Amino acid sequence: MPVNILMPALSPTMEKGNLAKWLKKEGDKIKAGDVIAEIETDKATMEVEAVDEGTLGKIVIAEGTPDVPVNQIIAVLLEEGEDKSAIDSPKSLSAAPEKKTARLEEMPASNAMATSTPTATVPKQASPTNGKGPGGVFASPLARRLAKQSSIDLSRIRGSGPHGRIIARDIGALDGGATMRAPKVPSTVARLTEITAGMPDEKVRALFAEDSYDFLPHDSMRKTIAKRLMESKLTIPHYYVTMDCEIDELLNAREEINSSTPKTADGKPRFKLSVNDFVIKALALALIKVPDANVSWLESGMLRHKHADVGVAVAIPGGLITPIIRHAEEKTLGVISNEMRDLVARARNRKLKPNEYEGGSSAVSNLGMYGVQNFTAVINPPHATILAVGTGEQRAIARNGKPTVATIMTVTLSCDHRAVDGAIGAELLAAFKGYIQKPVGLLA
Amino acid sequence: MADTSFDILIIGAGPGGYVAAIRAAQLGFKTGVVEREHLGGICLNWGCIPTKALLRSAEIYRYLKHAKDYGLSAEKIGVDTAAIVTRSRAIAKRLSNGVGFLMKKNKITVIDGSAKLTKPGEVQVEGKSAGIYQGKHIIVATGARPRVLPGIEPDKELIWTYFDAMVPKQMPKSLLVIGSGAIGIEFASFYRTLGTEVTVVEVLPQILPIEDEEIALHARKRLEKQGIKFLTDSKVIVVDKQKDQVSAILENNKGAKQSIVAERIISAAGVIGNIENLGLAALGVKTERGVIQIDGYGRTNVAGVYAIGDVAGPPMLAHKAEHEGVVCVEAIKGLKPYPVDKNKIPGCTYCDPQIASVGLTERRAKEGGREVRVGRFPFLGNGKAIALGEDQGLVKTIFDKSTGELLGAHMIGAEVTELIQGFVIAMNCETTEEELLHSIFPHPTLSEMMYESVLDAYGRVIHV
Repeated sequence: MPVNILMPALSPTMEKGNLAKWLKKEGDKIKAGDVIAEIETDKATMEVEAVDEGTLGKIVIAEGTPDVPVNQIIAVLLEEGEDKSAIDSPKSLSAAPEKKTARLEEMPASNAMATSTPTATVPKQASPTNGKGPGGVFASPLARRLAKQSSIDLSRIRGSGPHGRIIARDIGALDGGATMRAPKVPSTVARLTEITAGMPDEKVRALFAEDSYDFLPHDSMRKTIAKRLMESKLTIPHYYVTMDCEIDELLNAREEINSSTPKTADGKPRFKLSVNDFVIKALALALIKVPDANVSWLESGMLRHKHADVGVAVAIPGGLITPIIRHAEEKTLGVISNEMRDLVARARNRKLKPNEYEGGSSAVSNLGMYGVQNFTAVINPPHATILAVGTGEQRAIARNGKPTVATIMTVTLSCDHRAVDGAIGAELLAAFKGYIQKPVGLLA
Repeated sequence: MADTSFDILIIGAGPGGYVAAIRAAQLGFKTGVVEREHLGGICLNWGCIPTKALLRSAEIYRYLKHAKDYGLSAEKIGVDTAAIVTRSRAIAKRLSNGVGFLMKKNKITVIDGSAKLTKPGEVQVEGKSAGIYQGKHIIVATGARPRVLPGIEPDKELIWTYFDAMVPKQMPKSLLVIGSGAIGIEFASFYRTLGTEVTVVEVLPQILPIEDEEIALHARKRLEKQGIKFLTDSKVIVVDKQKDQVSAILENNKGAKQSIVAERIISAAGVIGNIENLGLAALGVKTERGVIQIDGYGRTNVAGVYAIGDVAGPPMLAHKAEHEGVVCVEAIKGLKPYPVDKNKIPGCTYCDPQIASVGLTERRAKEGGREVRVGRFPFLGNGKAIALGEDQGLVKTIFDKSTGELLGAHMIGAEVTELIQGFVIAMNCETTEEELLHSIFPHPTLSEMMYESVLDAYGRVIHV
């Protein structure tokens, strides 16, 4: 019987994705492990690998289809000896995520699936009356329904109920408790979003002559940026602390290190440190020094992190993304530098995996290269802070009662006041300044 | 010298304590239980069980009075108060002895006396088995007692608590019941059925305040029809004890006063935890509003000290205490039981008509922001109910509109206390309406009304 290939979930929170590209055509032979398609999510493009071998019998979802729900059938694989006629029987296309069960065969074909409309919805799944599901997923009826409503793949959830049964609270835990939270009154965010949504599109368009602009539809990254930053600014009480840091010593150290970097076999330097690499390391050490600032806000309590996972905002064509340097406090500047180089390169190609940009407790946003002297950045939850870094420039300063010239870099820390109070935020920034002005401490 | 050192030492042998002790023994713990009065606690001796015995007498009396309706004749039906009480006491005694047997069978040491925690892991007992006892884990299961309203202190003669109300020497001609919770309503029902003029005063606007509004209203109408008078939004402000009767002045929420004379008063204004003289404060065990604070596994803020049942907070029900005891002991054993989910504890009131419920009331579900589907099915539409001559009552179910989660079930009518468990299991298995609609209910039974109520919530009711 033909095997259905389903829209994969690339991260636990993924609900839908865009089918960017098919790399195989109908009729192509496929081995397990072959890359057959590319899926675009909010922030990354991921490759879909075949799990079984056979012939790509039918492409159900055309390439370029946006918002394909997780677990939607996207293609059908024919096993050895099967021909295309097997697919055209409605039976085979009616299958739900779990394959090859008598129970599912008895289900009437879903119209949407039989005609393979690209926008077809997830096929209706039988709700088993016992815990043992057709594919061996052991979940309570309520958990099944909640999962279905949130397009969550139950097979990826570990059940906390009796004998590992998936129960409702396991679904709640996965999506941050949203479905379990009793009050369904619109959240503050939802209400504020409504208020701040502004004028309807057509009214805005009407303000401009029709041939005076190009219309560029939002891609999923743009939508995600809009949604997340709106949410951040509306729900997180931001406040800001600013300090000037003298970085002459840092620049000297950088110069010295870069000029004496060990070479690889082909004569290239092993690494080339940027000022930003120092900033990442200094922020990481500061977060470890001030653990009360190394936190994530949860409604029920605070997560105080044991390591400093520092995000770095990277501008890429069409938007930005914040890959994370994990355990940055433990890494040498050289390691951080090389890791950043790799992350940036892959970010530009939208090849980052979700686990490379999700999480973290703080972030660095550096606009120094554009000559920006000072700015404030928007916190990217679950971070509690973000450091906005300006350009390093020579300024006249007073020292010991006399004017003198120093290279100054102005940094502004945005803090989530729910998680990090003013004194803690100031302490974190002072610690950062300590490290960045005395780069010897960063060289370990 | 008897054993004085235990793995688990339980203070109080009520339904929470003795069940916890048996579970502990099953799990291989060396277990002791301290009891100051009688095994089985209030439940077996002065609560759940003896009142059910009394109410059964009242029920049979009611049947006999209506014998004609069933084509039977019964004459000279009388009430022998002493015999009713004797039967009730004999049943309590029998069950208390049964607990003693269970303790022996499970090799649980019963220590007679009052216990006090002296330091972590140690209890001092005064009384018959006086001495110092050690417990690696100490579970406080001391229960609760009637709340005393100032100025209306019970005196065993004119102003009764449930203790006195359970052993009347003769039926009072008139009775004023303060409080319309389960205890107040059960006594009101018992005495009214046997001929007493009963008035119930309730400070809140609704009788049976924790029940669903619709069910409580239904109950009120039925009880009023039997002749019970209700004064809601009212409280007793002054009591004047006279010779063999009491005169009480009541005030309603608008400030209007009235005077009521009754032979006896039953004070049933709730119960409060027995947290005193246990040495809790000295050990730093956290209490709040008269009960010990615990987590879902009975753990207090002090390591090695646990609390279960009434003393650990509402709902103060025997079956909740039993379950908390089991969960507490299993957690000590490291078995990872589910924490107690207070939303799924059923409550039953054994008046005529019976009332049973589990989960959220319609109002609380809505207040919680839920969009709900409500199903109702009347006893009038059920063949078995009509055959029994019990065609009054209602089964109400409440579902979450978007997920089909069963949020609550509320019933009033004959035998509903025996029916509610079906919905309790459904809630614990996290069924949605779909599984309930797939279930076949036997015909003819009262339980078919549960099915019909679910059908009604989804616009598919058959028999109305």
